[in-house]
Amino acid sequence: MSTQVPEAVEEESATETASAGKQKRDAKKRERAERVQEQREAEAAEKARSADDTFHLKVFRYDPEVPEKQEPRFDDFHVPYKQGMTVLDALMWARDHYDSSLTFRHSCRQAICGSDALFVNGSQRLGCKTQLSDLSEPIRVEPLPHADVVKDLVVDMEHFYDQMESVEPYFQTNSLPDGELDEQRQTRENREKVKMSTRCIWCSACMSSCNIAAGDNEYLGPAAINKAYRFAMDEREGEDMKQRRLEILEQEHGVWRCQTQFSCTEVCPKDIPLTEHIQELKREAIKNNLKFW
Amino acid sequence: MSQSYNRGLIEDFSRWREFSAGMWAWIFHKFTGWVLVGYLFTHIAVLSTALSGAAAYTNTIQALESLLVVRILEVGLLAVAVFHILNGLRLLFVDLGVGLEAQDKSFYASLILTGVIVVASVPTFLSGVSI
Repeated sequence: MSTQVPEAVEEESATETASAGKQKRDAKKRERAERVQEQREAEAAEKARSADDTFHLKVFRYDPEVPEKQEPRFDDFHVPYKQGMTVLDALMWARDHYDSSLTFRHSCRQAICGSDALFVNGSQRLGCKTQLSDLSEPIRVEPLPHADVVKDLVVDMEHFYDQMESVEPYFQTNSLPDGELDEQRQTRENREKVKMSTRCIWCSACMSSCNIAAGDNEYLGPAAINKAYRFAMDEREGEDMKQRRLEILEQEHGVWRCQTQFSCTEVCPKDIPLTEHIQELKREAIKNNLKFW
Repeated sequence: MSQSYNRGLIEDFSRWREFSAGMWAWIFHKFTGWVLVGYLFTHIAVLSTALSGAAAYTNTIQALESLLVVRILEVGLLAVAVFHILNGLRLLFVDLGVGLEAQDKSFYASLILTGVIVVASVPTFLSGVSI
């Protein structure tokens, strides 16, 4: 059960200054720590055995900093089930009771922060939004595909954030209201149009599911295009701003890379109709360039 | 982060089991498209026999059509062409932004329709061929 690789015994003879007494104390300390760990794991396993219902998780493990863990592998965790338990809850239980080195991102636990997008049973999902009871065992938990793994379930999100930034994901306008304190009002219809696109939580599930984004590193990706949609369709930004946004989007690696595979729309934990938004921007881009005179 | 683990191509290729409808539609569309491009060349080659006279063309066609393999390949060609046409219509609607929520159903529908048409065509394609 233990997933802990025994601490490599440091070459203490090299440090000649260390006294024999200190060495002995260190050894004892280590022994005690190991005993505590073993005991904890035994208790956890016992708890899992005695529970009415347990779930079997297979979790991807990889740690570049420990030589014994550099070879990626799957660890098994048996987690006692509580009603309403999510994949994230199960991972946290496993971390707290079996292996404190199990690494994954999480924060709000309510599908708002977007930090725990994982590859669960072959699909990109938010750990906190996926009920264990909806999944078939063993539950395979992997880091997001098409991204480099930093450690265990943590992937490098830098590229995703770069793509998001490249579409200028913030409100900009040249037409400010007259009074200094006037509000920039949006019509209800316009708000309704961009409503779904505002729900993005930057979790990168769509980007990870997209086959095109996997093969073309320059492709903006569904999330970034959706973000651009949110502002390009916002009437308050004005015509010249929309022009500027379309110029970013209609580039070679912009909207035209989308091949309408619908993977992003299917995995989006916030149910954003990503493909629909991308298709609409494609039509906007054509209308923008098509001239009949 | 001292280093990171790139999971590489092998892992990507094994993901086909996790594909959903839209992904399969895309793969089939690409595949059938390439088959049709390939067919175009044989098509031109066979038609070009007419350059050396009407008799040569007739002989080639008759020789080809007397082979069972060719008849079976023709059924396959029909299947490929019909799917490509139907999925092409589906993609047209997708591009127009019509019925995006039913994109998986329209894919299944085009698969089923392709199957029906192909099965119905078998008697015509295989009639009068000697094994």
